[in-house]
Amino acid sequence: MELWFSEFHTPDVKHSIRVNRHLFSERTEYQQIDIYDTPEFGRVLVLDGNVMLTERDEFIYDEMITHVPMAVHPHIRDVLVIGAGDGGVVRELARYDSIRSIDLVEMDERVVEACRRFLPENACRLDDERVHIYFDNALRFIRRRMAQYDLIIVDSTDPFGPSEGYFTREFYGICYNALREDGIMVNQQGSPFYRHDAEAMQRSHKRIVNTFPISRVYQAHIPTYAAGYWLFGFASKKYHPIDDFDRDRWLALHLDTQYYTVRLHTGAFFLPAFLEKMLQEVE
Amino acid sequence: MQKTYKLNQNRAPIYEALQTFRQMRVVPFDVPGHKRGRGNPELTAFLGQQCVSIDVNSMKPLDNLCHPISVIRQAEELAADAFGAAQAFLMVGGTTSSVQSMVLSTCKRGDKIILPRNVHRSVINALVLCGAIPVYVNPEVDHRLGISLGMKRDQVKKAIDEHPDAVAVLVNNPTYYGICSDIRAIVQMAHDAGMYCLADEAHGTHFYFGEDMPVSAMEAGADMSAVSMHKSGGSLTQSSLLLAGPAIPEGHIRKIINLTQTTSGSYLLMSSLDISRRNLVLRGKDVFRQVIAMADYAREEINAIGGYYAFGRELINRDSIFDFDPTKLSVHTRDIGLAGIEVYDLLRDEYDIQIEFGDIGNILAYLSIGDRPQELERLVSALAEIRRRYQTDASGLMNQEYIDPEVVTSPQAAFYADKKSVPLDQSVGCVCSEFVMCYPPGIPILAPGERITSDILAYIRYAKAKGCSMTGTEDPEIEYINILQEDSH
Repeated sequence: MELWFSEFHTPDVKHSIRVNRHLFSERTEYQQIDIYDTPEFGRVLVLDGNVMLTERDEFIYDEMITHVPMAVHPHIRDVLVIGAGDGGVVRELARYDSIRSIDLVEMDERVVEACRRFLPENACRLDDERVHIYFDNALRFIRRRMAQYDLIIVDSTDPFGPSEGYFTREFYGICYNALREDGIMVNQQGSPFYRHDAEAMQRSHKRIVNTFPISRVYQAHIPTYAAGYWLFGFASKKYHPIDDFDRDRWLALHLDTQYYTVRLHTGAFFLPAFLEKMLQEVE
Repeated sequence: MQKTYKLNQNRAPIYEALQTFRQMRVVPFDVPGHKRGRGNPELTAFLGQQCVSIDVNSMKPLDNLCHPISVIRQAEELAADAFGAAQAFLMVGGTTSSVQSMVLSTCKRGDKIILPRNVHRSVINALVLCGAIPVYVNPEVDHRLGISLGMKRDQVKKAIDEHPDAVAVLVNNPTYYGICSDIRAIVQMAHDAGMYCLADEAHGTHFYFGEDMPVSAMEAGADMSAVSMHKSGGSLTQSSLLLAGPAIPEGHIRKIINLTQTTSGSYLLMSSLDISRRNLVLRGKDVFRQVIAMADYAREEINAIGGYYAFGRELINRDSIFDFDPTKLSVHTRDIGLAGIEVYDLLRDEYDIQIEFGDIGNILAYLSIGDRPQELERLVSALAEIRRRYQTDASGLMNQEYIDPEVVTSPQAAFYADKKSVPLDQSVGCVCSEFVMCYPPGIPILAPGERITSDILAYIRYAKAKGCSMTGTEDPEIEYINILQEDSH
């Protein structure tokens, strides 16, 4: 018997992963959660049919969304993480002793429960004493907070599902408001390759550009995401991601990483011509 | 209290007949010419095969809207049962057609009809058609919010006493903002004086199915009601219901409806009414409980932002605000220095959020059966952002006031009279022969036959400057206005 999981990256492109076992399946109030065990990618978390992470390549995403801002802002104390119920981002953040609090806002409690059970490598630091988990709508949570965070990491699903609200002008506005005067917001910015994704990426980039004085995009290669090519948004009130990048300070922390390096940090902001044009169109 | 129905409300006869019809694969040598979509592939691709395959003509197994004897008749009987009416008529020309049929069924040329001035344009259009004379009851105005409220009982009483020859009283149940008059008392007063009581329930479908709602017109004993099923009822745009109590013969109403109604009633619209009625009966109570919970939550969150006032049941005074529709989410914006229409535009242009309307002082977000909490969070957050980014001093803003109209001649006489076009600022003192209104909400600022005053012109100029979408005049720019010839200076 052959068992395959397939995800449509476009109506005409399909990415398939052979499956050993279907470990978990639940329809929650917000979405369909599935976890598969696969020979190539290990365990795979799927929400509404879209791959969120695989054990094999999650390090790329979680390192790039975390260490880039951490190596720029000199004194990040209070961090807000949105989505990321799997715990991968929190795991990377928890490696920094300088951080004193991490608020995690996840809309779906069942995601956290499922990941604690089936993806312990990701969820391992969710019980760190600095971590506070809130099961709430992020818009509602952030709206009530003013100048309270140094870093906000938006680790949402794609803009066509329950996370649609996290790609909007109002969302970026309230994030801006919840950051201190030198705060940074980093978000997963989707893929620029397939048209549908590219348009959504441009729309959200435009909204961020209109909200933050500094807004740059950086990239990473993530095999299980659409086109294997992923973008992150770096939006900031004060610090520039390259000009204010402090490589020596970061190197002195002696953090062992599998994807992120201080050379890659700068390189990730150098984008191919088609993408530069796409971004310029909306800037 | 569990409502009981006489008929089996699980049935949906039009929907069932269409299902059967589709299975029969009847060869069409009749209209419509697209022949189940085959003749118009782009349209079929756009709307879907399911949809075009039931866009069919009246025929024996599917009944005929002009003279219903089988499935449409059964659907109307089920609707009457569901709404507690003696009769129900499926309408395919929007609630405008329901309102017009209601007025035309009860008023003829020269008859007086007592009504509040904040009626929808369709009511005054009906007066243009039939030649009835409006007697306006001044609605109370809430000066803080700048909105017209309901009719007070003693104002209605006064109008009835002064015009004992009037034939009907018309009530908004509720207004666009969700405000209800004491319709039970008004029905009683009208009936005591030998008048009919008519209700515009364009915004009141859910009163018939939700718990803890203001009283519906049929329950209050009104003689006729126009119900926009396509608003809170969930049916397709342009479908509507006309309800009637026992006092007016069915045949008379049907005759009036057939004066203006199409003879090619759309089965898309009729089946949507049928399915929506069934859904409301079976699930309406739960659905509207959720809608109220969402609206209450949104009010609380919006009021917590500061500056805005999302008003609710606390306004009830048991007279001019006899009751309030808790599903309505109206927000007063003037205190953040922005006109409602400005917030409305910002929500759409900056935040991709489309709300129902914005007027001078308020916005209205329409909540219904199809909303989810995550979209409400977007709306609330966007309002918080608008306040943070755009708040200004409120002192320059106009306060919307009720302008008591002077009715010089009947809407029909003014509409058909010889007229001429003059620049707006030269029209003071003249009698207007057309409508001027912001749409939505579509409540006329000026109606045919009313005197133009400088207050009204100032209001029109202000609304235009703030970006209200103005309609009604022949001149699309609203620079010129048509006035009655003999009245010219």
